[in-house]
Amino acid sequence: MKRMIRLENITYSATNAETGVTNNILNGLSLNIETGKYIVITGPNGGGKTSLAKVLMGIYTPDSGRVYLDGEDITDVDVSERAKRGIAFGFQHPPRFKGLTVRDLLGIAAKRKLRHAELCEYLTSVGLCAADYLNREVDSSLSGGELKRIEIATVLATGAPVMIFDEPEAGIDLWSFHRLTETFRTLREKRSDCTVIIISHQERIISQADEVILIADGKLSGRGDPSEILPKIDSFAARACRFDKA
Amino acid sequence: MAEQNLIRQSLLEKVADLHSVPDGAYNLRENGKPAGRRSTGEIRIENKEGAPGIVVTVADGTKNKSVHIPVVITETGINETVHNDFLIGTDCDVLIVAGCGIHNSGEEKSAHDGVHSLVIGENSKVKYVEKHYAEGVGTRSMKPKMTVRLGRGSTLDIETVQLGGVSDSVRETVIDADEDASLVITERIMTSGVETVDSRTTVNLNGKGSSARINSRSVARDDSLQIFYPAINGNAECFGHVQCDSIIMDRAKVRSIPEICANDVEAKLIHEAAIGKIAGDQILKLQTLGLTAEEAEERILAGLLK
Repeated sequence: MKRMIRLENITYSATNAETGVTNNILNGLSLNIETGKYIVITGPNGGGKTSLAKVLMGIYTPDSGRVYLDGEDITDVDVSERAKRGIAFGFQHPPRFKGLTVRDLLGIAAKRKLRHAELCEYLTSVGLCAADYLNREVDSSLSGGELKRIEIATVLATGAPVMIFDEPEAGIDLWSFHRLTETFRTLREKRSDCTVIIISHQERIISQADEVILIADGKLSGRGDPSEILPKIDSFAARACRFDKA
Repeated sequence: MAEQNLIRQSLLEKVADLHSVPDGAYNLRENGKPAGRRSTGEIRIENKEGAPGIVVTVADGTKNKSVHIPVVITETGINETVHNDFLIGTDCDVLIVAGCGIHNSGEEKSAHDGVHSLVIGENSKVKYVEKHYAEGVGTRSMKPKMTVRLGRGSTLDIETVQLGGVSDSVRETVIDADEDASLVITERIMTSGVETVDSRTTVNLNGKGSSARINSRSVARDDSLQIFYPAINGNAECFGHVQCDSIIMDRAKVRSIPEICANDVEAKLIHEAAIGKIAGDQILKLQTLGLTAEEAEERILAGLLK
């Protein structure tokens, strides 16, 4: 089934607990995302990319505006229910679980007992060997990079029609990163019904997207294929740098 | 009487996984009295002289055998201290399933204090499982004491489980390990209501090459209180590791005091202890996988206690 995600005039603000200062993060953002596409959301840090992704997953509730999935208003639908309706989310900084093994997490994600071959496939696609990891607890014995790769594997194991990855490249070594870009490409080739939304700064990930969405200052600031958007990002990065110095 | 039998059967299943009379040696104690026993050629069970309790003697070379010694209390006002001695020969491989279940529907306190002594011969392998379970209205108390002498080259795997219903429990375990003996203790505890747990374990690694791992995992809910005091004394070239992990919830209190003490320059000892509530990001992660917040919490607790 083809799916459509629509954001309508989303505003979202957050208050810093220490300073008490409220910042507007998303400023009336409207966006349509068609399904079956490989979308990369990029833009300067602090521009609202992660907040946008979290609004999609239901982790953040917008101050105003509506979120639609296949025409249905899901603004007030909670995270668990959105997951059941087919949205999955890979965290930039995933938590650790003492007592839950990699096998447990992949099983929870898939909502069924996975065959050994399936477990191996998910782990291999993020560059991990199943024999070494399946029965390991997702605790502090794992490195940050291992944890991140397991996080991506759990999202893949959901088989969700909409998969959101928040900076999947962060904390991952170069070799695994190459493996990861292949995984995303394969995902797109194998599952034409699947919408992959990746938040990324990486040119390599951006360049293989069907469409790139540029978010800055909490607004849509550009949209198009990678060849159109990549030059804009460069100028953005340069401007952001100047802005930082000022 | 039929109801009484059902309660008894349910308790036996919970504390000893028993659905019928077990294979091999067993001793059942019910409401303060012996209620069934079988010795085998290799495992002899006799009354202890001078005190309530039994002496279990396992012959040298006994392999792949088990002995079940469950205790059930279904009446109110039963308070007993029972002394059980285990004399395990050399080159054995045995499973001991102890455990106590109390159903107290009356007003009075019911208590079982099991005092266990294990002497394990050289090169023997023993697994000791002790589950505690209680239910009912009146106070249910358990105060197990255990002393163990681990012979040279022997291994002991102790698994204790107490996942609910015991109003107050005080556990004291003292283990002495000889040369090349190895010990693993896995403790799993969940308390709720106003239950209290006080668990003290002291391991003396006396022999060269001996090792011990104490792994304590607990969940404290409601207004319950838990105190852990695992201690390892390294008295020779040895390896010891203490790990305590607790999840604290509601208004519960948890005190964890791991101690490692090296009395020999070759002793290698480590301790780790952590107490914390379930992190919000853990719940959130499982919610993004389709669990509700409640399901996520249960899954995290079950994981820690499995």
